[in-house]
Amino acid sequence: MAHSYTPGLKVTAFAVVRRERKLPLAGSVLVNVGDNVAAEAIVARTELPGNVQSVNAANLLGILPEDVQDCLTKSVGSSVAKGEVFAESKSFFGLFRSKAVSPVAGTLESVSSVTGQALLREPPIPVEVDAYVDGTIVEVHPKQGVTVETRGTYIQGIFGIGGETCGELHVAVAAPSDTLTEAMIGEKDRGKILVGGAHVTTKTLLHAIQLGVRAIVIGGFDDHDLREFLGYDLGVAITGSEEKGITLVVTEGFGEIPMAGRTFELLKACEGRKVSVSGATQIRAGVLRPEIICPRLEAELKSSAHDESPGGEGLSVGCQIRIIRQPFFGRLGIVTSLPPEPTALETEAKVRVLEVDFGGGERAFLPRANVERIES
Amino acid sequence: MSERKPEDLKSILATDCGSTTTKAILIEKRGDEYRLIVRGEAPTTVEAPFEDVTRGVLNAIMEVEELAGRKILDGERIITPQEGNAGVDLYISTSSAGGGLQMMVSGVVKSMTGESAQRAALGAGAIVMDVIASNDGRLPHEKIKRIRQLRPDMILLSGGIDGGTTSHVVEMAELLAAADPKARLGAGYELPVIYAGNKDAAPMVEEILGSKTALVITDNLRPVLERENLTPARDKIHDLFMEHVMAHAPGYKKLMTWSPVPIMPTPGAVGLIIETIAREEKINVVGVDIGGATTDVFSVFQTIFNRTVSANLGMSYSVSNVLAEAGLPNILRWVPFEIGEPDLRNRIKNKMIRPTTIPQTMEELVIEQAIAREALRLAFEQHKTLAVGLKGVQQERTISDTFEQTASGESLVRLDHLDLLVGSGGVLSHAPRRAQSALMMLDAFLPEHVTELAVDSIFMMPQLGVLSTVHPTAARQVFEKDCLIRLGSSVAPVGPGKEGQPALKVSLELPGGKREELSIPYGALRLLPLGEGEFAKATLRPEKGFDVGEGKGKERTVNLRGGVVGVIFDCRGRRPFGLPEDRARRIVKLNEWNDALAAYPAVVRS
Repeated sequence: MAHSYTPGLKVTAFAVVRRERKLPLAGSVLVNVGDNVAAEAIVARTELPGNVQSVNAANLLGILPEDVQDCLTKSVGSSVAKGEVFAESKSFFGLFRSKAVSPVAGTLESVSSVTGQALLREPPIPVEVDAYVDGTIVEVHPKQGVTVETRGTYIQGIFGIGGETCGELHVAVAAPSDTLTEAMIGEKDRGKILVGGAHVTTKTLLHAIQLGVRAIVIGGFDDHDLREFLGYDLGVAITGSEEKGITLVVTEGFGEIPMAGRTFELLKACEGRKVSVSGATQIRAGVLRPEIICPRLEAELKSSAHDESPGGEGLSVGCQIRIIRQPFFGRLGIVTSLPPEPTALETEAKVRVLEVDFGGGERAFLPRANVERIES
Repeated sequence: MSERKPEDLKSILATDCGSTTTKAILIEKRGDEYRLIVRGEAPTTVEAPFEDVTRGVLNAIMEVEELAGRKILDGERIITPQEGNAGVDLYISTSSAGGGLQMMVSGVVKSMTGESAQRAALGAGAIVMDVIASNDGRLPHEKIKRIRQLRPDMILLSGGIDGGTTSHVVEMAELLAAADPKARLGAGYELPVIYAGNKDAAPMVEEILGSKTALVITDNLRPVLERENLTPARDKIHDLFMEHVMAHAPGYKKLMTWSPVPIMPTPGAVGLIIETIAREEKINVVGVDIGGATTDVFSVFQTIFNRTVSANLGMSYSVSNVLAEAGLPNILRWVPFEIGEPDLRNRIKNKMIRPTTIPQTMEELVIEQAIAREALRLAFEQHKTLAVGLKGVQQERTISDTFEQTASGESLVRLDHLDLLVGSGGVLSHAPRRAQSALMMLDAFLPEHVTELAVDSIFMMPQLGVLSTVHPTAARQVFEKDCLIRLGSSVAPVGPGKEGQPALKVSLELPGGKREELSIPYGALRLLPLGEGEFAKATLRPEKGFDVGEGKGKERTVNLRGGVVGVIFDCRGRRPFGLPEDRARRIVKLNEWNDALAAYPAVVRS
């Protein structure tokens, strides 16, 4: 059989997860190899040069650029307060004075004799990187950051928005086919990661933001809601930097789609636990999918599946699949046969297909490209 | 290869690693000529978890083995040369995997050099992920974070006119240095950075970035405020994409060792074939290759070859961007049944997040082909603005028209001078009925007067392009016999008209001496069956106000070439072409046109 595989998303009860945590520029690493860290722990810190503001001193003083240097009341390199005069000109026998004041607190960095611009740099901005997941430091990248390792339940979503966050997980619906509604979210959910079922709307998301919910994990989300929530039509799936006050992880796709049973059960098993969530998605080469990581001990799990391998070795008879395109979108089934010869679809296209058993005697032939293996 | 003469080659295996699918074809010498034997495909495996392009190549070859009923692989090695019935004599490959070129550009003033840099990158076929500028309102650390987060393939740094400010450009370079950005594909290699800003700042930029990035310095893309000079930067972008990005895509190093012939970028290989057709037949050609992430448009007009890559228009990874750019009403206008807007939006987004799926139902196929029409139309619009005469390279503009991007050079692309339109890429090559491809191309490109239409039968122009560099005879034989499928000709009178009124009369001399008279009203499509290799002498008599190439209302006699679809008389109007505004009437018209070409089974209307 040809390996016409479709790798599925990773949904696993137990996996070893490593995450690199690096500073945007060189700084100090605050932890050592072997340290146990909490997700919120700062593992590296640096100071970024402050923002630069420019002031056209020559214009303000009504003088030539080359004369600005002579009118400075503060020397280059000295600190200035917000609103403080740093240059002053006198004219008409000293009767009229023009002044240049600093718009920010910081340092007078330079004055150009060509343009007459004075550059004022704000104080350095501290930048910190947290551990993102509860885990152990397994590698230190000098001056850059660390690699954190954790073990536990690992679930990839198909699409997300918003950055990294962490909090206590709470399954807010009774069944994976339920819609997450405003009524299900209350003050008790502040700071939590909520798991919904099949659907959530922008209105509910906004309600959740108001109540301080950190993230929502949901089966399906509508594109018109996405557009309303983001304020624009998302063209290319590169997300993660949205600052909407909440992280959203969609596990199945766009529309109202019940969350896959296994995903829902695994999340339910994490009820009350601290989880780390990221919505960052990049559907291109070097693909990045949103994720939920729930650190837990291997011993807690009855049947621990050590899953570091990518899986998806191929579709075979008996393996569980999820249908990822109409007309059976979102449904689950078992592969019952893999005929090698191309078969005509309703579209009249001849492609390689597989036969799926949906249970209850319902069977169908589907293009192999339209299914994904559910990894276990 | 070295010991073997091209004519000794009994079998050739060629792959094309697309962004979504890896296609393999097996060519064998049968008697005196080379012919395509089978084709196999598998999902491309540049992405995690595999991150090795060779996995997809091996999978596609395994499918070829299975379909051809012979062994080509020995484990994970291609058996070369052919031993008995096993292996092949030559293996070659092209590639466009990696999801296109993703760039970040930077300028000093966002609306000036920032925009110029953006235009340079777009013109080179990149997706511009972000424009970083001194005045973009973000704090330096926010910019740094953004640069690191986006993981571009390449950065174009510009800013300042020659002799102007250096400090801001230097500051942008410092930000980049501070970000120390990681390249998207593969770790451990330096990110290509092109500097095309104020020449006075070049030494300082070199000092800051030279040791941290693969820095290339080229001419300022905005040497003076009134003039852009984008070509040097664009050329450098193309060079670096091949040298750095593609070479570092996962698994490519291994793939390169499998073939004695350098791996050619897919668009380059397709371009070679298009150029060859134009040169050998002395005609004006437009070729289009619509892929998952990108749509490439090639044209040869007046022997001048042009190529553009619309990196954000495609049928899988970029499908959602087609929706964003074209707008939902433009996609819906091609759908001949009622469909709810939310439903359509969700379907498009689901294709984006699961890019390798294919339409299973007729409804899904029609929607996908509606999206393809808009992707093709937008890519062609982009091509027309970039394929301009020399004047267009240096656009004279004043501050007042800085914000309006209009090409000063006239476009070389003239639809009324177009002789042959060739379509390639999954949605065109794999359309279940060839008439669907013909109609998609007519709707998207709106060819005028008399134009021949063709498609790449099973999307193998890329492989044949690279093959032509080492074995031109085999490439030509397979191209003529197995690759190019001539769909037929289209005759489209240009001019406005009223629905149902006479537009074109045609007197035909068909093969075998049969004569036929046709009268086609405005707003209609009419198909004349005329097979491959057949020609019909046609005297075209346009009504007053319509032009078929000789002027308004003037008669023209032409030899129309047939094909697998036939000759299509397209009297739906050009300049302007329009669809009925009223939804119900539009659906009726679309179905009427689909029926005229028997493009879909009747099930679409249910």
